Amino acid sequence: MAESIHPPPSLTKRFTVSRLKERLIRLVLLVCALLSIATTLGIIYVLFTEAVYSFGDDPAFFQEVSLSQFLLDTEWTPQYEGDRHFGIWPLLGGTLLVAGLAGLVGLPVGLLSALYLSEYASWRVRGLLKPVLEILAGVPTVVYGYFALVFVTPYVLRPVFRDWLGFDVDIFNALSAGVVVGIMILPMVSSLSEDALRAVPKTLREAGYALGSTKFDVSTRIVLPAASSGIVASFLLAVSRAMGETMAVTIAAGQSPTLTLNPFKSVMTMTAYIVNISQGDTPTGSIEYESLYAVALTLFLITLAMNVISQRVLRRFREVYQ
Amino acid sequence: MNASETDFSRHLARRHRLGRIFGGICLVSTWFGIIALGLLLAGVVWKAAGWLNWSFLTSYDSRFPEKAGILAAMWGSFWLIVFTILITVPVGVGAAIYLEEFATEGRLTRLIQVNLANLAGVPSIVYGILGLTLFVRTLGLGRSVIAGALTLSLLVLPVVIVSAQEALKAVPASLRHASLALGATQWQTVRHQVLPASIPGILTGVILAVSRAIGETAPLVMIGALTYLAFTPGDIESPLHLVTRADGLGKVPLDSYTALPIQIFNWVSLPQTEYQHVAAAGILVLLVILLVLNGAAIFIRQRSQKHSRW
Repeated sequence: MAESIHPPPSLTKRFTVSRLKERLIRLVLLVCALLSIATTLGIIYVLFTEAVYSFGDDPAFFQEVSLSQFLLDTEWTPQYEGDRHFGIWPLLGGTLLVAGLAGLVGLPVGLLSALYLSEYASWRVRGLLKPVLEILAGVPTVVYGYFALVFVTPYVLRPVFRDWLGFDVDIFNALSAGVVVGIMILPMVSSLSEDALRAVPKTLREAGYALGSTKFDVSTRIVLPAASSGIVASFLLAVSRAMGETMAVTIAAGQSPTLTLNPFKSVMTMTAYIVNISQGDTPTGSIEYESLYAVALTLFLITLAMNVISQRVLRRFREVYQ
Repeated sequence: MNASETDFSRHLARRHRLGRIFGGICLVSTWFGIIALGLLLAGVVWKAAGWLNWSFLTSYDSRFPEKAGILAAMWGSFWLIVFTILITVPVGVGAAIYLEEFATEGRLTRLIQVNLANLAGVPSIVYGILGLTLFVRTLGLGRSVIAGALTLSLLVLPVVIVSAQEALKAVPASLRHASLALGATQWQTVRHQVLPASIPGILTGVILAVSRAIGETAPLVMIGALTYLAFTPGDIESPLHLVTRADGLGKVPLDSYTALPIQIFNWVSLPQTEYQHVAAAGILVLLVILLVLNGAAIFIRQRSQKHSRW
């Protein structure tokens, strides 16, 4: 009788030390990967328990202030004892005003420079310009705030809009913040849009030229529409970045929560309010302090929604070329 | 030449003119950002001229602008970055290895990927709130270096993970197949083949994450980096003290601190105009550090491309 043939031990699924080690390492690595999910859950948990529903003794913000007070009131005065108002609109309006101004500067300029880099520039010029734009993206936001306060307002906005056109320009104003945040998001729009433009296949451009189109026709009527999903996604990401921007806005836009559309006035953004409260001596647990979390939750939900929509746009409307 | 032909050539000339104008506008737009950068740098250098000197680098902050210096902030930023690197590199690279080398396509992997994309879009101040509530208050770390480093770590972790993933993806599959075919386990393959091959890419990502962390202001303002400090973490005031005052090293993680961007923010907020010059000098120091870091990242990237093994 021939002995039955056993597979070598390394091919059986038997327990060995090296298999255990392999599994342990895999587990440790998995924990590292799960930490990013834990971060998200941590953010949601903190914002939820401090703003919406508290499990501890201190009541959360929305257990003391109703949602209608938060959404319908148009005054934000949590620090006035006796006459507290918790209407988010002055802060939200400030954020939207600055982000809107930033969008007016950053989105068109970013898109046009993306078009230049992908359609017009030679690869050498592109290789020189792109790193410079990347530097612009790496400048810390506190530096942009300094630039807005010390240069943009006194040397650009005031001579033009006050001395020449006769507007009243505050030293802290929404426009200077909007301009520098626009410059800040420019590289992001430019690089993401350029990726989208370059992903449009060459055959499409050549087909356009073969039909007698000029370069302008090809760029604006063929390449631009074909890349539109990527461009819209980059716009959404950039505006969401502008809304979450903190230091430049805190330094340049000021600290007065007023609901205004006047870009020369001082406004307060949601992020500036959060910084303001955290810097002062507001006692923890007070309603004023809790309001910080309600504002942060609002900011988090808005930016999250914009990011999710941006990813959806990219996935749903992307033209797939072979 | 009949009427429609002249019409056509006139139109064509106009279309070409339109194209040239449009191309010009695109070119101007590209230069807009570059000129803005140039003006920003020139303005900072102009304001900092005469204020950035040796005593600025070696003194503490002061109520007198002429005496104010950046020593405490530089050491604060240094320790923040050291601890941030110690935390993010193992965790970030580990997560990237899991996602690229071990994970199977599935719901969990997709969830982690989508989550990473979303985390990158969360405003940095929200991380500050998380750090304030979790590290400073719940864990009782207070306004310490380690609380700041943990917060910054959470902030830059997505950057490290994504860039490490890119670096791992760039390693050709044949390398893994060869190693596995020789009987190496999956971890041995990663440890001895894939990881060494992707080190330059991972290093570039880490440097970029560090340069992001150095300039971050908002989360540190939230978790209470102090603005006025007359000592450095662990009382280590010069590189020499790392050896001679080595007993101070143990105190560093739980000491209070200030950081470069915080110090700059503080000076910008002060009403006296002299502090604008002090702030400019601080900004210049910060920008030089960032420039060196980015230069190092570019150098490593180009060197590894030149010495590529495949």
